[in-house]
Amino acid sequence: MTNVLINAPKTARRGELIELKTLILHPMETGFRPGTNGGIIPRNIIQRFVATWNGTEIFSMDLSPAISANPFVSFFTVATESGRVAFRWSGDEGFLAEESVTIDVV
Amino acid sequence: MTWSDRPGRRPALVLLALVFGASLAAAQVGADTRRSGYQDMGPALQKMQDDDTANPAMLFVQLGEQLWSKPAGAAGKACADCHSVADMKGVAVRYPAIAKGADRPLDLDGRISLCRTANQQAEPFAPESRDLLSLTAFVAHQSRGLPIAPPDDPRLRPFRDHGAEIYRRRQGQLNLSCAICHDDNAGKKLAGVTIPQAHPTGYPIYRLEWQALGSLKRRLRNCLVGIRAEPYGYGSLDYVALEIFLADRARGMLWEAPGVRP
Repeated sequence: MTNVLINAPKTARRGELIELKTLILHPMETGFRPGTNGGIIPRNIIQRFVATWNGTEIFSMDLSPAISANPFVSFFTVATESGRVAFRWSGDEGFLAEESVTIDVV
Repeated sequence: MTWSDRPGRRPALVLLALVFGASLAAAQVGADTRRSGYQDMGPALQKMQDDDTANPAMLFVQLGEQLWSKPAGAAGKACADCHSVADMKGVAVRYPAIAKGADRPLDLDGRISLCRTANQQAEPFAPESRDLLSLTAFVAHQSRGLPIAPPDDPRLRPFRDHGAEIYRRRQGQLNLSCAICHDDNAGKKLAGVTIPQAHPTGYPIYRLEWQALGSLKRRLRNCLVGIRAEPYGYGSLDYVALEIFLADRARGMLWEAPGVRP
Protein backbone atom coordinates (compact mmCIF):
# COMPACT_ATOMS: atom_id res chain seq x y z
CA MET A 1 0.00 0.00 0.00
CA THR A 2 1.67 3.20 -1.10
CA ASN A 3 0.83 6.46 0.49
CA VAL A 4 1.84 9.75 -1.07
CA LEU A 5 1.05 13.45 -0.58
CA ILE A 6 1.68 15.87 -3.46
CA ASN A 7 1.45 19.64 -3.33
CA ALA A 8 1.36 21.14 -6.81
CA PRO A 9 -0.51 24.12 -8.24
CA LYS A 10 -3.53 23.26 -10.42
CA THR A 11 -2.81 26.06 -12.84
CA ALA A 12 0.30 28.04 -13.71
CA ARG A 13 1.23 30.78 -16.15
CA ARG A 14 3.52 29.81 -19.04
CA GLY A 15 7.12 30.36 -18.04
CA GLU A 16 6.25 30.61 -14.34
CA LEU A 17 8.57 29.05 -11.78
CA ILE A 18 6.50 26.61 -9.69
CA GLU A 19 7.33 24.51 -6.65
CA LEU A 20 6.35 20.84 -6.48
CA LYS A 21 6.38 19.20 -3.05
CA THR A 22 6.17 15.45 -2.46
CA LEU A 23 5.98 13.33 0.66
CA ILE A 24 5.94 9.54 0.72
CA LEU A 25 5.46 6.93 3.44
CA HIS A 26 8.59 4.77 3.59
CA PRO A 27 10.69 3.36 6.48
CA MET A 28 14.09 4.15 4.80
CA GLU A 29 15.72 1.38 6.84
CA THR A 30 19.45 2.03 6.69
CA GLY A 31 20.78 -1.52 6.72
CA PHE A 32 23.14 -0.66 9.58
CA ARG A 33 20.82 -1.09 12.56
CA PRO A 34 20.65 -4.24 14.68
CA GLY A 35 17.17 -5.60 15.33
CA THR A 36 15.75 -7.05 18.56
CA ASN A 37 17.38 -10.43 17.82
CA GLY A 38 20.81 -8.87 17.36
CA GLY A 39 20.90 -9.42 13.60
CA ILE A 40 21.18 -6.55 11.14
CA ILE A 41 17.86 -5.34 9.75
CA PRO A 42 18.26 -5.56 5.96
CA ARG A 43 18.46 -2.29 4.08
CA ASN A 44 15.16 -1.08 2.69
CA ILE A 45 15.38 2.36 1.12
CA ILE A 46 14.01 4.23 -1.86
CA GLN A 47 16.88 4.32 -4.33
CA ARG A 48 15.61 6.68 -6.98
CA PHE A 49 13.00 9.39 -7.38
CA VAL A 50 12.10 10.67 -10.86
CA ALA A 51 9.60 13.32 -11.91
CA THR A 52 8.49 13.69 -15.54
CA TRP A 53 6.38 16.35 -17.24
CA ASN A 54 4.47 14.82 -20.19
CA GLY A 55 7.11 12.11 -20.34
CA THR A 56 10.14 14.42 -20.20
CA GLU A 57 12.29 14.10 -17.12
CA ILE A 58 12.34 17.35 -15.12
CA PHE A 59 13.90 16.16 -11.87
CA SER A 60 15.58 13.05 -10.51
CA MET A 61 17.59 12.13 -7.47
CA ASP A 62 19.36 9.15 -5.93
CA LEU A 63 18.49 8.56 -2.29
CA SER A 64 20.96 7.29 0.29
CA PRO A 65 20.55 5.42 3.60
CA ALA A 66 21.20 8.67 5.51
CA ILE A 67 17.90 10.16 4.35
CA SER A 68 15.17 10.05 6.99
CA ALA A 69 12.03 7.95 6.92
CA ASN A 70 9.09 9.34 4.95
CA PRO A 71 11.26 11.52 2.68
CA PHE A 72 9.98 14.96 1.74
CA VAL A 73 11.29 16.18 -1.61
CA SER A 74 10.57 19.63 -2.98
CA PHE A 75 11.89 21.16 -6.19
CA PHE A 76 11.23 23.98 -8.62
CA THR A 77 10.51 23.77 -12.32
CA VAL A 78 9.39 26.07 -15.11
CA ALA A 79 5.81 25.55 -16.32
CA THR A 80 6.00 25.01 -20.08
CA GLU A 81 2.88 23.17 -21.27
CA SER A 82 -0.35 21.78 -19.84
CA GLY A 83 -0.23 18.14 -18.94
CA ARG A 84 0.60 15.43 -16.49
CA VAL A 85 3.44 15.53 -14.03
CA ALA A 86 4.27 11.97 -12.97
CA PHE A 87 6.33 11.02 -9.92
CA ARG A 88 7.99 7.65 -9.50
CA TRP A 89 9.79 6.25 -6.49
CA SER A 90 11.64 2.93 -6.79
CA GLY A 91 13.80 1.09 -4.29
CA ASP A 92 14.77 -2.02 -2.38
CA GLU A 93 12.51 -5.04 -2.03
CA GLY A 94 10.81 -4.21 -5.32
CA PHE A 95 9.35 -0.99 -3.96
CA LEU A 96 7.56 1.04 -6.62
CA ALA A 97 5.19 3.95 -6.15
CA GLU A 98 3.70 6.13 -8.84
CA GLU A 99 1.53 9.20 -8.57
CA SER A 100 0.65 11.98 -10.96
CA VAL A 101 -1.05 15.38 -11.04
CA THR A 102 -2.33 17.47 -13.92
CA ILE A 103 -1.31 21.10 -14.24
CA ASP A 104 -3.01 23.56 -16.60
CA VAL A 105 -0.57 26.04 -18.08
CA VAL A 106 -2.30 29.15 -19.40
CA MET B 1 -35.63 58.51 47.39
CA THR B 2 -33.24 55.60 47.44
CA TRP B 3 -29.60 55.99 46.64
CA SER B 4 -29.64 54.30 43.32
CA ASP B 5 -32.33 56.67 42.06
CA ARG B 6 -30.20 59.69 42.64
CA PRO B 7 -29.33 61.28 39.33
CA GLY B 8 -25.67 61.32 38.36
CA ARG B 9 -24.85 58.29 40.43
CA ARG B 10 -25.71 55.55 37.96
CA PRO B 11 -23.32 56.49 35.11
CA ALA B 12 -20.47 56.51 37.60
CA LEU B 13 -21.49 53.08 38.86
CA VAL B 14 -21.74 51.72 35.33
CA LEU B 15 -18.33 53.16 34.51
CA LEU B 16 -16.88 51.60 37.65
CA ALA B 17 -18.39 48.24 36.73
CA LEU B 18 -16.97 48.53 33.22
CA VAL B 19 -13.48 49.35 34.44
CA PHE B 20 -13.64 46.51 36.95
CA GLY B 21 -14.93 44.05 34.40
CA ALA B 22 -12.28 44.98 31.89
CA SER B 23 -9.44 44.72 34.38
CA LEU B 24 -10.80 41.39 35.65
CA ALA B 25 -10.92 40.06 32.08
CA ALA B 26 -7.40 41.36 31.46
CA ALA B 27 -6.19 39.67 34.64
CA GLN B 28 -7.74 36.37 33.55
CA VAL B 29 -6.20 36.56 30.07
CA GLY B 30 -2.88 37.52 31.61
CA ALA B 31 -3.13 34.63 34.07
CA ASP B 32 -3.09 32.00 31.31
CA THR B 33 0.61 31.53 30.66
CA ARG B 34 0.15 28.07 29.21
CA ARG B 35 2.00 27.42 25.98
CA SER B 36 1.59 24.58 23.55
CA GLY B 37 4.79 22.81 22.51
CA TYR B 38 3.98 24.24 19.08
CA GLN B 39 4.88 27.73 20.30
CA ASP B 40 8.28 26.51 21.50
CA MET B 41 9.23 25.15 18.06
CA GLY B 42 11.09 27.06 15.38
CA PRO B 43 9.20 28.64 12.46
CA ALA B 44 10.34 25.87 10.06
CA LEU B 45 8.75 23.15 12.18
CA GLN B 46 5.61 25.22 12.76
CA LYS B 47 5.24 25.57 8.99
CA MET B 48 5.77 21.84 8.61
CA GLN B 49 2.90 21.13 11.00
CA ASP B 50 0.61 23.72 9.43
CA ASP B 51 1.08 22.54 5.84
CA ASP B 52 -1.01 19.42 5.34
CA THR B 53 1.17 18.27 2.44
CA ALA B 54 4.42 18.71 4.39
CA ASN B 55 3.22 17.33 7.73
CA PRO B 56 4.33 13.66 7.68
CA ALA B 57 1.58 12.77 10.16
CA MET B 58 -0.92 13.46 7.38
CA LEU B 59 0.36 10.31 5.63
CA PHE B 60 -0.94 8.36 8.61
CA VAL B 61 -4.21 10.30 8.66
CA GLN B 62 -4.59 9.21 5.03
CA LEU B 63 -3.90 5.59 6.06
CA GLY B 64 -6.43 5.92 8.88
CA GLU B 65 -9.03 7.17 6.41
CA GLN B 66 -8.55 4.00 4.37
CA LEU B 67 -8.89 1.83 7.50
CA TRP B 68 -12.00 3.77 8.52
CA SER B 69 -14.04 2.34 5.63
CA LYS B 70 -12.40 -1.10 5.51
CA PRO B 71 -14.57 -3.89 7.01
CA ALA B 72 -12.88 -5.96 9.70
CA GLY B 73 -13.60 -8.84 12.05
CA ALA B 74 -16.35 -11.43 12.36
CA ALA B 75 -19.04 -8.73 12.26
CA GLY B 76 -17.77 -7.68 8.82
CA LYS B 77 -18.32 -4.03 9.68
CA ALA B 78 -16.19 -0.98 9.02
CA CYS B 79 -16.04 2.07 11.32
CA ALA B 80 -17.93 3.93 8.59
CA ASP B 81 -20.90 1.52 8.83
CA CYS B 82 -21.81 2.83 12.30
CA HIS B 83 -20.17 6.28 12.56
CA SER B 84 -20.09 9.24 10.24
CA VAL B 85 -16.81 11.13 9.98
CA ALA B 86 -18.62 14.32 11.00
CA ASP B 87 -19.63 12.67 14.30
CA MET B 88 -15.95 12.25 15.14
CA LYS B 89 -15.57 16.03 15.43
CA GLY B 90 -15.00 16.84 19.09
CA VAL B 91 -14.35 13.24 20.18
CA ALA B 92 -10.58 13.51 20.60
CA VAL B 93 -10.80 16.64 22.77
CA ARG B 94 -12.97 14.94 25.40
CA TYR B 95 -10.92 11.76 25.83
CA PRO B 96 -9.78 10.05 28.10
CA ALA B 97 -13.31 9.30 29.27
CA ILE B 98 -15.37 6.44 30.66
CA ALA B 99 -17.26 4.80 27.81
CA LYS B 100 -20.88 3.70 28.19
CA GLY B 101 -21.02 0.48 30.18
CA ALA B 102 -17.34 0.60 31.10
CA ASP B 103 -16.00 1.02 34.62
CA ARG B 104 -12.54 2.37 33.86
CA PRO B 105 -11.43 5.30 31.74
CA LEU B 106 -10.02 4.80 28.26
CA ASP B 107 -7.96 7.09 26.09
CA LEU B 108 -8.76 7.54 22.43
CA ASP B 109 -6.71 4.60 21.13
CA GLY B 110 -8.06 2.45 23.96
CA ARG B 111 -11.58 3.40 22.93
CA ILE B 112 -10.86 2.54 19.29
CA SER B 113 -9.43 -0.83 20.36
CA LEU B 114 -12.55 -1.51 22.46
CA CYS B 115 -14.79 -0.74 19.49
CA ARG B 116 -12.68 -3.03 17.36
CA THR B 117 -12.86 -6.03 19.69
CA ALA B 118 -16.41 -5.54 21.01
CA ASN B 119 -18.31 -4.27 17.95
CA GLN B 120 -16.26 -5.40 14.99
CA GLN B 121 -15.28 -8.64 16.77
CA ALA B 122 -11.85 -8.34 15.23
CA GLU B 123 -8.37 -9.10 16.48
CA PRO B 124 -7.20 -6.16 18.60
CA PHE B 125 -4.53 -3.90 17.12
CA ALA B 126 -1.14 -4.28 18.77
CA PRO B 127 -0.33 -1.32 21.05
CA GLU B 128 1.56 1.43 19.18
CA SER B 129 0.98 -0.39 15.89
CA ARG B 130 0.81 1.67 12.73
CA ASP B 131 -2.83 0.76 12.08
CA LEU B 132 -3.96 1.78 15.55
CA LEU B 133 -2.00 5.04 15.44
CA SER B 134 -3.27 5.84 11.95
CA LEU B 135 -6.90 5.31 12.90
CA THR B 136 -6.39 7.37 16.07
CA ALA B 137 -4.73 10.13 14.04
CA PHE B 138 -7.63 10.13 11.59
CA VAL B 139 -10.18 10.50 14.41
CA ALA B 140 -8.04 13.06 16.26
CA HIS B 141 -7.61 15.11 13.08
CA GLN B 142 -11.38 15.72 12.94
CA SER B 143 -11.21 17.80 16.14
CA ARG B 144 -8.42 20.11 15.00
CA GLY B 145 -8.93 23.67 16.21
CA LEU B 146 -11.37 22.81 19.00
CA PRO B 147 -10.63 23.62 22.65
CA ILE B 148 -9.66 20.66 24.84
CA ALA B 149 -12.77 19.82 26.87
CA PRO B 150 -12.43 16.91 29.32
CA PRO B 151 -15.82 15.71 30.61
CA ASP B 152 -17.02 16.71 34.09
CA ASP B 153 -17.53 13.10 35.08
CA PRO B 154 -17.23 12.56 38.86
CA ARG B 155 -16.05 9.00 38.23
CA LEU B 156 -12.95 10.43 36.52
CA ARG B 157 -11.95 12.42 39.60
CA PRO B 158 -10.07 9.64 41.46
CA PHE B 159 -8.13 8.84 38.29
CA ARG B 160 -7.28 12.48 37.71
CA ASP B 161 -6.08 12.77 41.31
CA HIS B 162 -3.98 9.65 40.84
CA GLY B 163 -2.52 11.21 37.68
CA ALA B 164 -1.75 14.41 39.58
CA GLU B 165 -0.01 12.36 42.25
CA ILE B 166 2.15 10.61 39.62
CA TYR B 167 2.90 13.98 38.00
CA ARG B 168 4.30 15.34 41.27
CA ARG B 169 5.95 12.12 42.50
CA ARG B 170 9.72 11.96 42.32
CA GLN B 171 10.81 8.80 40.55
CA GLY B 172 13.71 7.14 38.79
CA GLN B 173 17.43 7.20 39.45
CA LEU B 174 17.50 10.92 38.70
CA ASN B 175 14.80 11.39 41.35
CA LEU B 176 12.78 13.84 39.28
CA SER B 177 9.04 14.38 39.00
CA CYS B 178 7.22 15.53 35.88
CA ALA B 179 6.45 18.80 37.67
CA ILE B 180 10.11 19.64 38.35
CA CYS B 181 10.79 19.95 34.62
CA HIS B 182 7.44 20.85 33.12
CA ASP B 183 6.12 23.24 35.81
CA ASP B 184 9.12 24.61 37.69
CA ASN B 185 11.64 24.75 34.83
CA ALA B 186 9.48 24.93 31.70
CA GLY B 187 10.79 27.44 29.18
CA LYS B 188 14.39 26.94 30.32
CA LYS B 189 16.86 24.81 28.41
CA LEU B 190 17.68 21.13 28.83
CA ALA B 191 20.85 20.83 26.79
CA GLY B 192 19.91 22.79 23.65
CA VAL B 193 16.21 22.11 23.86
CA THR B 194 13.51 24.30 25.37
CA ILE B 195 11.65 22.38 28.07
CA PRO B 196 7.98 22.46 27.06
CA GLN B 197 5.08 22.76 29.47
CA ALA B 198 3.91 19.28 28.48
CA HIS B 199 0.41 20.02 27.26
CA PRO B 200 -0.95 17.14 25.18
CA THR B 201 -2.42 19.31 22.42
CA GLY B 202 -1.58 17.35 19.28
CA TYR B 203 -1.43 13.60 19.90
CA PRO B 204 -0.72 11.34 18.16
CA ILE B 205 2.34 13.35 17.09
CA TYR B 206 4.91 12.85 14.39
CA ARG B 207 8.16 13.18 16.28
CA LEU B 208 11.17 13.80 14.07
CA GLU B 209 13.41 11.97 16.53
CA TRP B 210 11.23 8.86 16.18
CA GLN B 211 10.78 9.32 12.42
CA ALA B 212 7.32 7.95 13.09
CA LEU B 213 3.93 8.68 14.53
CA GLY B 214 3.65 8.02 18.27
CA SER B 215 1.07 8.17 21.02
CA LEU B 216 1.07 10.20 24.22
CA LYS B 217 1.87 6.96 26.06
CA ARG B 218 5.02 6.57 24.01
CA ARG B 219 5.97 10.13 24.89
CA LEU B 220 5.39 9.44 28.58
CA ARG B 221 7.49 6.26 28.40
CA ASN B 222 10.17 8.31 26.71
CA CYS B 223 10.19 10.78 29.63
CA LEU B 224 10.18 7.96 32.21
CA VAL B 225 13.22 6.35 30.57
CA GLY B 226 14.81 9.82 30.48
CA ILE B 227 14.60 10.17 34.26
CA ARG B 228 15.74 6.54 34.51
CA ALA B 229 12.51 5.31 35.99
CA GLU B 230 10.92 2.04 34.96
CA PRO B 231 8.16 2.71 32.43
CA TYR B 232 4.72 1.33 33.31
CA GLY B 233 3.59 -1.71 31.34
CA TYR B 234 1.61 -1.41 28.12
CA GLY B 235 -2.07 -0.92 28.93
CA SER B 236 -1.32 0.27 32.47
CA LEU B 237 -4.00 2.48 34.00
CA ASP B 238 -1.24 4.79 35.27
CA TYR B 239 -0.80 6.18 31.75
CA VAL B 240 -4.52 6.86 31.41
CA ALA B 241 -4.57 8.55 34.83
CA LEU B 242 -1.70 10.81 33.77
CA GLU B 243 -3.43 11.52 30.48
CA ILE B 244 -6.60 12.53 32.33
CA PHE B 245 -4.61 14.86 34.57
CA LEU B 246 -2.75 16.38 31.60
CA ALA B 247 -5.97 16.86 29.62
CA ASP B 248 -7.51 18.64 32.61
CA ARG B 249 -4.39 20.79 32.94
CA ALA B 250 -4.65 21.74 29.25
CA ARG B 251 -8.40 22.40 29.41
CA GLY B 252 -9.40 25.08 26.90
CA MET B 253 -6.17 24.96 24.90
CA LEU B 254 -6.62 24.40 21.18
CA TRP B 255 -6.34 20.91 19.72
CA GLU B 256 -3.83 20.75 16.88
CA ALA B 257 -3.60 17.03 16.04
CA PRO B 258 -1.74 15.61 14.29
CA GLY B 259 1.19 17.62 15.59
CA VAL B 260 4.83 17.66 14.59
CA ARG B 261 7.45 17.83 17.32
CA PRO B 262 11.25 17.75 17.23
